[in-house]
Amino acid sequence: MSLGKTEVEYISRLAAIAVEENEVDQVAAKLSNILDLFKQMEAADTEGVEPMAHPLDQVQRLRADVVTEVDQHEKLQAIAPSAENGLYLVPQVIE
Amino acid sequence: MHNLTIKQMSEKLHAGEITSVQLTQHYLDRISKYDAELNAYVTVTPELAIAMAEEADKKLASGDADLLTGIPVAHKDIFCTDGVKTSCSSKMLDNFIAPYDAHVVSQLKKVGMPILGKTNMDEFAMGSSSESSYYGPTKNPWDLKAVPGGSSGGAAAVIAAGLAPMATGTDTGGSIRQPASFCGITGIKPTYGSVSRFGIVAYASSFDQAGPMTRSAEDSAWMLNAMAGFDERDSTSLQREAVDYAADLGQSLKGLKVGVPAEYFGEGLDADVEAVIRNAIAEVEKLGAEVVEVHLPNKDLAVPSYYVLAPAEASSNLSRFDGVRFGYRCENPKDLEDLYKRSRSEGFGAEVKRRIMVGAYALSAGYYDAYYLKAQKLRRMVRDDFTKAFESCDVIMGPVAPTPAFNIGEKTDDPTSMYLADLYTIPVNLAGLPGISVPAGFVNDRPVGLHIVGPYFSETKLLNIAHQYQQVTDWHTRMPAQYQ
Amino acid sequence: MSWEVVIGLEIHAQLTTNTKIFSGSSIAYGAEPNTQACPIDVGMPGMLPVLNEAVIGKSIMLGLALNAEIGRKSVFDRKNYFYPDLPKGYQTSQFNYPIVGKGTLEIEVDGVKKTIGVTRAHLEEDAGKSIHGAVPGQTGIDLNRAGTPLLEIVSDPDLSSAKEAVAYARKMHELVQYLGICDGNMQEGSFRVDSNVSVRRPGEPLGTRAELKNINSFRFIEKAIEFEIERQIELLESGGQVVQETRLYDSENDVTRSMRTKEEANDYRYFPCPDLLPVVITEEAIEAISAAMPELPDAKRARYVADFGLSDYDAGVLTGSRDMAEFFESVVEKTGAKDIKLCANWMITGFSGALNKDGLSVKDAPITTDMMAGMLNRIIDNTISGKIAKQVFDAMWNGEGTADEIIENKGLKQITDSGAIEALVDEVLANNPSQVEAYKGGQEKMLGYFVGQIMKASGGQANPGQVNQILKAKLSD
Repeated sequence: MSLGKTEVEYISRLAAIAVEENEVDQVAAKLSNILDLFKQMEAADTEGVEPMAHPLDQVQRLRADVVTEVDQHEKLQAIAPSAENGLYLVPQVIE
Repeated sequence: MHNLTIKQMSEKLHAGEITSVQLTQHYLDRISKYDAELNAYVTVTPELAIAMAEEADKKLASGDADLLTGIPVAHKDIFCTDGVKTSCSSKMLDNFIAPYDAHVVSQLKKVGMPILGKTNMDEFAMGSSSESSYYGPTKNPWDLKAVPGGSSGGAAAVIAAGLAPMATGTDTGGSIRQPASFCGITGIKPTYGSVSRFGIVAYASSFDQAGPMTRSAEDSAWMLNAMAGFDERDSTSLQREAVDYAADLGQSLKGLKVGVPAEYFGEGLDADVEAVIRNAIAEVEKLGAEVVEVHLPNKDLAVPSYYVLAPAEASSNLSRFDGVRFGYRCENPKDLEDLYKRSRSEGFGAEVKRRIMVGAYALSAGYYDAYYLKAQKLRRMVRDDFTKAFESCDVIMGPVAPTPAFNIGEKTDDPTSMYLADLYTIPVNLAGLPGISVPAGFVNDRPVGLHIVGPYFSETKLLNIAHQYQQVTDWHTRMPAQYQ
Repeated sequence: MSWEVVIGLEIHAQLTTNTKIFSGSSIAYGAEPNTQACPIDVGMPGMLPVLNEAVIGKSIMLGLALNAEIGRKSVFDRKNYFYPDLPKGYQTSQFNYPIVGKGTLEIEVDGVKKTIGVTRAHLEEDAGKSIHGAVPGQTGIDLNRAGTPLLEIVSDPDLSSAKEAVAYARKMHELVQYLGICDGNMQEGSFRVDSNVSVRRPGEPLGTRAELKNINSFRFIEKAIEFEIERQIELLESGGQVVQETRLYDSENDVTRSMRTKEEANDYRYFPCPDLLPVVITEEAIEAISAAMPELPDAKRARYVADFGLSDYDAGVLTGSRDMAEFFESVVEKTGAKDIKLCANWMITGFSGALNKDGLSVKDAPITTDMMAGMLNRIIDNTISGKIAKQVFDAMWNGEGTADEIIENKGLKQITDSGAIEALVDEVLANNPSQVEAYKGGQEKMLGYFVGQIMKASGGQANPGQVNQILKAKLSD
């Protein structure tokens, strides 16, 4: 399977990863190779097989509804790229 | 001192023959001496290590000490460490200092194991050679031209070169076992859910599992005792009674049924590696085990299945690295989209970006059924193969990797060939089973590991088989000449 | 040719828990930015979710109330997209296996009952909040709300008018509050209604829908839908096409407006969250919750009419909220159910009226059920008249004590001593000879005049029955 420019652009948008104009061909080629690997799955007969999401057949454990966390925003925001007045900052979003 | 077993170190520490500070300083000195050429550590923490060693010595003196108290450890740079950089060997996290400890880190801190530093790895654990690190590749102590394997390549290298007595690793598709094989050390990936994933930067959550990387199986058993156990902060952590992983060391292998899958000795396996593995199995037979043939018919489907599922999970797990709350942010983003796209494309390396994109594609509208769902079905088929095989044997033995360590740069241009080299380790992660790599010989002076895989929760058995094997062989005690 | 209106509602009900759905952070409203956002909520590396047990029981309660299928095995999925208020780059939600499956809710519009299908209700985490303008040229992100547990209740497209849509929304609003699973506060965003509106010619396939979001009152929801229906019909009749988009309601101008954002087709890449395992709900768990379910509003209303003999209207007012109904039932119990209609009347005109006047909710009422019952008991045992009771009630409302204390302090006890009443009667008759004359001359309506005068002279405290009896006896002498 071979990916084209349109597909690479679409994937770039989904993944929020920029792909420069001059990288498109190379990225497309490498991704296409991986998709060729995926093609090996096609022949396998999976009729009636239940998809497996987890290695163990365990069920979700529940947590008591009790507040256990304390305010630590100063500590967390000390490592933020941009924060002010307790808020994380991003370029203005127009809504 | 670095040639002692963990048991011997522990005895000397408890007897007061050596102090933790001396032991820790010994390793720090070796790191200063050798790590420049190996590049196995991303961060070395001498002050922290000595401070922790001093605390450990107090514990030892007061008699309130554990078997591992005072024995230093190196953490793979994927375990969050409060106050010490956790980079995942990525530019994205080059400035990231977690304000918390991973569960494993806090467990080992409690025991009193001084932290020597953080070990190098493939970026975000995506790779089999440790070449994708932002900090440059780690070199294999047995041959500086060779890769140490990956993704826990730094961890394997520090054990092999005697730059730490114990190291933590994580294994998503073979990332403990394959570097253990390449570096001639012992590494076990426990049953999924045995060791808490809390505080381990996620690659593929339903596969990721942490484990010990040490010289011997006995060392690993001791270390796993400290690492494993229920943690309520991880929903996938198993709520089981505490296990003593060293309990079975010393059991005879008489009557042990060793399954040898014909499929694991076929095309693609290096003939010399095959010889090493066959010899090792013969050695285990001499100890009283019986070899039976088993079949894992869907083995070829494991690699494509894994390379759909793991990147799919990764594409979502790594969305949080967006330049907003922590980690790398690009310079002067002009708008939100620019912030995301540039932070991520500048912060992530090529292989990480590739896996994120492949994963996003596998989940995207129109491909979900053909890729993701199909891969999940194959995952079950691979698991069922093992279940069936274990009806006629106790454990399965085979190679960890088809070749010994390859050369640095040899596979970097062809990611899929690197993926295919994981064919023996990946099925174990798909199924969530425990697996161990045990040093079993050399090919062209590069180590080769024997792979032993057991049913769920058979770690004590795997560790004992490895231990019994290590009683009659000395591969695990050998060290590269220049680091002796 | 006529148009058919098709409306479906998506309601986000914030569950009344102490903590977030996947972390131990408080969800209390109004905290300083990011002070209730722990490393899990912030999506920090290595952080993992653990499910809050409270959300499961609350969801099952709603499912039972809607006669819905309960998802015996429900699964959390990740909905992937990038937005600054979505810290992990995905929202944990439920896609294929929601906790509540198909159910129904009965509504009534203009006396006509209609059963509306509920497609599903699923659990999900809320996003954080973007704050514009706090720092010039930047958007600030507050993650306190991120991870707040929501139950998204999706209706079938069974609603065919703005009135029906609002009746459904109100009914759901009442229900979640009755169940105690949501506080229903629309101003704080605890109960959010998104409306999908489309029109079509009868018999034709569904038309393109527009989604109306972020409207925080029922009145505006109704107006917005009405406007939107008109807009779509006009557009179609003039040869235009409806665009699938999100529209916001401008209440000042009573119009809906396109959000005008670049709407790229979303590809959310849902897949099961590998950090969470399937939630399994046992038959026993459902039975235990079922046994502990409060009586639902419809059942309560029916019971009030059948057992208490109240009118549909009175039953409706008294079951308007669970707090009101519980207050009423407690008062009935504390008055020994001796005069339920009296209790109902006082709850509606006295209690409810006073609440409305002061803009209070039942919980904030200055009087307790004991105080209310104490006053009603004094009416029932003839200690005070209904008229005096109004005075007592007002005094209680103003914090002057219990009914007994007020009656005692103000000397409001009813005069039942016939000697005293006789004296009052004599005095009034003596002071009004011409009126007595007129009465005796056949003007019987003068009787009312005398009663009024006597009651006035007693300060309203004379027992009206006794006054009547003694007065008639004296006049017929």
